[in-house]
Amino acid sequence: MSTTETTESRSRGKAPAGERVADWADGRLGIYSLAKANMRKIFPDHWSFMLGEVCLYSFIIIILTGVYLTLFFHPSMNEVEYHGSYVPLQGQLMSEAFSSTLHISFDVRGGLLIRQIHHWAALIFLAGMFVHMMRVFFTGAFRKPREINWLFGFLLFVLGMFTGFTGYSLPDDLLSGTGVRFTEGAILSMPIVGTYISFFLFGGEFPGVDFVARFYSIHILLLPGIMLGLVVGHLILVFYHKHTQFAGPGKTNKNVVGMPLLPVYMAKAGGFFFLVFGVIAVIAAVAQINPIWAMGPYRPDQVSTGAQPDWYMGFAEGLVRYMPGWEINLWGHTLVLGVFIPLVLFGLVLMAIAVYPFIESWVTGDKREHHILDRPRNAPTRTAFGVAWVTVYMIGLVGGGNDLWATHFHLSINAVTWFVRIGFFAGPVLAFIITKRICLGLQRRDKDKVLHGRESGIIKRLPHGEFIEVHEPLSQDALYTLTAHEQYKPLEIGPTVDENGVERKVKGSEKLRAKLSKSYFDEDGQIPKPTVEEYKEITSGHGHH
Amino acid sequence: MSSQEIPEENLPAEQDAHVAVADEKNPFADPGLPPHEHRIQDIDERAARRSERTVALLFTVSMLATVGFIASYVAIPHDKSVFVFPIGHLNALNFALGLTLGTALFCIGAGAVHWARTLMSDVEVADDRHAIAAEPEVKAKVMADFRQGAKESAIGRRKLIRNTMLGALTLVPLSGVVLLRDLGPLPGTKLRHTLWSKGKLLVNMNTNEPLRPSDVAVGSLTFAKPEGLEEHDHDFQNEIAKAALMIVRLQPDDIKDKRELEWSHEGIVAYSKICTHVGCPISLYEQQTHHVLCPCHQSTFDLSDGARVIFGPAGHALPQLRIGVNDEGYLEALGDFDEPVGPAFWERG
Repeated sequence: MSTTETTESRSRGKAPAGERVADWADGRLGIYSLAKANMRKIFPDHWSFMLGEVCLYSFIIIILTGVYLTLFFHPSMNEVEYHGSYVPLQGQLMSEAFSSTLHISFDVRGGLLIRQIHHWAALIFLAGMFVHMMRVFFTGAFRKPREINWLFGFLLFVLGMFTGFTGYSLPDDLLSGTGVRFTEGAILSMPIVGTYISFFLFGGEFPGVDFVARFYSIHILLLPGIMLGLVVGHLILVFYHKHTQFAGPGKTNKNVVGMPLLPVYMAKAGGFFFLVFGVIAVIAAVAQINPIWAMGPYRPDQVSTGAQPDWYMGFAEGLVRYMPGWEINLWGHTLVLGVFIPLVLFGLVLMAIAVYPFIESWVTGDKREHHILDRPRNAPTRTAFGVAWVTVYMIGLVGGGNDLWATHFHLSINAVTWFVRIGFFAGPVLAFIITKRICLGLQRRDKDKVLHGRESGIIKRLPHGEFIEVHEPLSQDALYTLTAHEQYKPLEIGPTVDENGVERKVKGSEKLRAKLSKSYFDEDGQIPKPTVEEYKEITSGHGHH
Repeated sequence: MSSQEIPEENLPAEQDAHVAVADEKNPFADPGLPPHEHRIQDIDERAARRSERTVALLFTVSMLATVGFIASYVAIPHDKSVFVFPIGHLNALNFALGLTLGTALFCIGAGAVHWARTLMSDVEVADDRHAIAAEPEVKAKVMADFRQGAKESAIGRRKLIRNTMLGALTLVPLSGVVLLRDLGPLPGTKLRHTLWSKGKLLVNMNTNEPLRPSDVAVGSLTFAKPEGLEEHDHDFQNEIAKAALMIVRLQPDDIKDKRELEWSHEGIVAYSKICTHVGCPISLYEQQTHHVLCPCHQSTFDLSDGARVIFGPAGHALPQLRIGVNDEGYLEALGDFDEPVGPAFWERG
């Protein structure tokens, strides 16, 4: 007994400090079991996998800089006369929110930098989420088991938009106040409840004296609190599911090939945080953003031209701009369709992309796990739908800036508006058709490459004078990579009359599903990938040119 | 819809998890992980030392940049401006702080990434995946445990407890909803009334002087507020949000709308400045056509024709204020707007 004690105490005394701390923590938190599974966790490598990291890091930067800003910002709409160091506004009446933002920008050393980092990081956060979401969409990374994580990400994008909106409304400047007025007008358009919601949100009539304080608690507490929870959940699921990977030699649906978290991704991902932060800091050093002093304090009877929301709200702005001004007056009530329809469309367009994974899994009927990513060309209908969706979004953005398009390109504002009105309907259809054709073309090219090899650039003259280009067969790796994708067969409804002549009832949903499945997977929906027989037929010498 | 409805052969075959050797039978087989290719740093110690020095240099630059950040913070006055080609004039402190902070951060990142890419092992490793769904035995155990727990709670048997509990849980959030009631007053008729009333003078927004007809020239756009409303008033923002007025003078012959002509004075017409779309203040006036354009969403109104909408997303005409001239020759309102100003709402009718 005494022997064991001495060895134990000696080994404890010898153990390095770090290990002793880890032992202490393990005894209370069980960190060794956690580290066993995760310390050398494998992450696959691809440039597009860092888009999500950009979002995560800009979110952290926003929180860090946001906390700093709360130390100086006064979320109050009390009217004060300005006496700070920005001369042109001295003596002006403004809200405390506006004057404290001026104080941060002109009298707190580094305050302007932090404000600009905060705002730039928010724009990059939203842009990062958009691009990351498109990456996940176009590679089919949303398929089972990741549908819930797709929804987490989608919620983060939507909440991010509203956090951004409540954030840039806080300084109570002329531009953001105009945006808040727009929001109030949109709320008023809601049938039955609109007026009440507006009065409850603004504490009475617009603008009132409450909305800055209310937006403040939504902006710094409510929404970021929910988002933080979602981000943590999102990351836990990424760890739990293990990252997806592109097809390639040695990569299967049952393994994950890459490099370990410690040390490679610790260094790469940790370093990438500093890269993102560094780049945003430099942008904030040289590129001015939201110069509220140039716009002045908000007054409901004043406005500037070229009023634009931050980019991520531009799509909603566009919907409102190009909608015709329909109003229906019936039985003493007004249905403000001209504003309410865009409000509904805004939600519907976002929902379309959110529910897509569930629609696709219903059409394919595939309940298996998918960890190998699709190349966008190999899922033409999905890719075409995604591009059509992006087209709707981008046309909204163009419409949201119709005045800027008109002034910058010397176009008629009416023409721009009519262009987006038509584009809203025609754009996605065209985009869908064109994208699908391009995908099928690329699939054909892949097939051609597999069967006939790659163009070597060597021209050979045959004895009878014909010139041909020599094709070189692809490497084993390339052959595998280009043929690794899965292809579904279209769903058939089957005979509706059985052998006894009894008619079977086919549900409408089943018909729809068969129809969708056909458009996804029949000969117009995908190019059958080369078969071994075709390959042998061609490579055995017959018909090879 | 369950997966049973999709016949198995419609789904593509599971990919072969085993590394198959490409052979005559299957030229498309997975050749397995390619062999690791050494980087120059793996075989040449001098190259590795060069990488080491690069990483150390980046970390050193970062340290210097942080020193530079502190020095700039202390040394540069916050109102100094500096010309930076090709950007233009920048606030010197903001520029220096941002550049040094950015450099300090970026160099840490660049150093770490360079270290990872050139010196840390880049051997790719394969890790197994395991199905996310539990094994059938695990599921059976969980279901049994759950049934056991539910049975022991007797929630299925003692319906009275279950139903009253659900009732209580449904009702309790109501308190939270009720508490939100005092977020604001009820709308009432507040959106229908503005400060304008019979006899109120039209006061020029810029000069703060009451307007005479002679102050309003043809082709000019004048903004006005009701007399008695001052910027210092505590409810100024709420009142001006409804009462803001724009005044133009037209040739009476140019006025196409009969009521507009009646409500005008010597061709001077007064309209609400608040757009009927979503409430932006309208501020662009085209003298020749008498069109006004809202800069926010480009709704265009024809002031010579009852301010009807001729383009854009607004749903109805701008409300007109009936004006006249009082005994002293000042422009005055002859009442409030006869319809709500600003964006439409459900109760507007």
